[in-house]
Amino acid sequence: MTETFYEVMRRQGISRRSFLKFCSLTAAALGLGPEFAGKIAHAMENKPRIPILWLHGLECTCCSESFIRSAHPLAKDVILSMVSLDYDDTIMAASGHQAEAIVEEIVEKYKGNYIVAVEGNPPLNEDGMYCIIGGKPFVEQLRYATEHCKAIISWGSCASYGCVQAARPNPTRATPVHKVITDKPIIKVPGCPPIAEVMTAVVTYMLTFERMPELDRQGRPKMFYSQRIHDKCYRRPHFDAGQFVESWDDEGARKGYCLYKMGCKGPTTYNACSTIRWNEGTSFPIQAGHGCIGCSEDGFWDKGSWYARLTDINQFGIESNADAVGGGVAAVVGGAVAAHAAVSAVKRAANKGEE
Amino acid sequence: MTSKAARVHAEPAVYVYEAPLRLWHWINALGITVLAVTGYFIGSPLPSMPGEASDNFLMGYIRFAHFAAGYVVAIGFLFRLYWAVMGNEHARQIILPPLFNAEWWKGVFHEVRWYLFLAKEPKKYIGHNPLAQLVMYVMFVWGILFMIVTGFALYGEGTGMGSWQYELFSAWVVPLFGQSQDVHTWHHLIMWYIITFVIIHVYVAVREDIMSRQSIISSMISGWRTFKDTRRTEGDEF
Repeated sequence: MTETFYEVMRRQGISRRSFLKFCSLTAAALGLGPEFAGKIAHAMENKPRIPILWLHGLECTCCSESFIRSAHPLAKDVILSMVSLDYDDTIMAASGHQAEAIVEEIVEKYKGNYIVAVEGNPPLNEDGMYCIIGGKPFVEQLRYATEHCKAIISWGSCASYGCVQAARPNPTRATPVHKVITDKPIIKVPGCPPIAEVMTAVVTYMLTFERMPELDRQGRPKMFYSQRIHDKCYRRPHFDAGQFVESWDDEGARKGYCLYKMGCKGPTTYNACSTIRWNEGTSFPIQAGHGCIGCSEDGFWDKGSWYARLTDINQFGIESNADAVGGGVAAVVGGAVAAHAAVSAVKRAANKGEE
Repeated sequence: MTSKAARVHAEPAVYVYEAPLRLWHWINALGITVLAVTGYFIGSPLPSMPGEASDNFLMGYIRFAHFAAGYVVAIGFLFRLYWAVMGNEHARQIILPPLFNAEWWKGVFHEVRWYLFLAKEPKKYIGHNPLAQLVMYVMFVWGILFMIVTGFALYGEGTGMGSWQYELFSAWVVPLFGQSQDVHTWHHLIMWYIITFVIIHVYVAVREDIMSRQSIISSMISGWRTFKDTRRTEGDEF
């Protein structure tokens, strides 16, 4: 019989009082009513622990870095220890063949009943040779580990969308997980990195309720990705008032005006930064005076400058955007119309003369 | 009276544009003007307002005007589709052009030749000429449909999950484009596409009013098409 979550926690020296605090905090973070704290506690006391394999592909480990800084220390300790018990090649104690053997052991022992969390993505060019784990291409490890898994968590923008390594021209053909593994339920937790509390809450939800949180059409958990940064931004009143930072370090910047004109991607970015914030709720990019770069959106590296409101349209030259292209077309057509009108007038005058 | 004189064909005025259609045309024109101006200022806002945030609501008003005009144009477009069914045969012209009719395409090319100063005289039409039909169909009908769909998708992002705008539009449009930013970019680009249409539309209406064989601008005001010569209309009606 496998241990329950509660047993694992107690073994880690966590008091029952702290355990219950964790349950109620998690319920609050997930947007559940107070009565769910008891349900979470009950589930954690009775359900056997679901093992998680945490794989690392082509990535920068910023997801792991974020995860281990989760604001609530219990969430960090509890979930991290539950995860690292199995496999996470960055933070586990085992190494080499011992480490790789764990993957095999989990796959054999818990067939169909374990979760694979993927940080980073597999590069597919050159048969996947751009990312080697334990002597084999990462894509092989990914396929092997996910074959019998219950669900996949795509950590961060790399696993969800491709991120920087998939930015044009994508030399290694880095490919998001859902385009490689197509037959498993995948939950995307985009962000570069995702917010720590979002990550721990997603894991907790899945372990506690043994099901995926409700997802939107793009496979992101609705509870954290249903609104844009802009919708809950504390600088939103300045946007509505029409008060913008016009250049860095101007009067508006000092007064904390809206960063829309400085290219803030808050209006097009779905994430919880403006509500949960970062580093124990201390701040988030816009609060620090820098616009959102849209790191949790698909292809955010290829949408032009982070400091421009309008997206670059590179097909029409490196400095092009919608106004340059569309305004150019309208100007050309306007010129053509003027020329055509002139010729028409001349023709008409000539015809009049003939008549 | 000679037989020759009897063959002189006097062309009476024809009632082409019914009142609801004319009303739609001008409301739609006004709506598109408001949308283009406010839309441009949403993409590139005016200089910052001085004073407290609580004393100002400029961006809010601009966005409100944009959304209100968007509703007007969208509802107007739905009405226009309805009128294509309920109105007279001219009301169907720009909504369902006969794209698979060779004769009609001949008419298009004749009109193109007229605009390239190759044809000596335009044909005479009671409704739209085929080229006008084609351009309105491709640029206006599909352009405005694209703007309505992407516009409501962007609006639905603000009204949020659960709202009908989100469920009907944002939920599939945003994933289709990849993300919200690209929907914005395309919405912006097609604005210029429609502005280009408006430039052509206004120019051609004025030019045809002067140079073609039938009335154009006054017809969209009074509804009546009048003719400048007494020869027969050779342009077929589709």
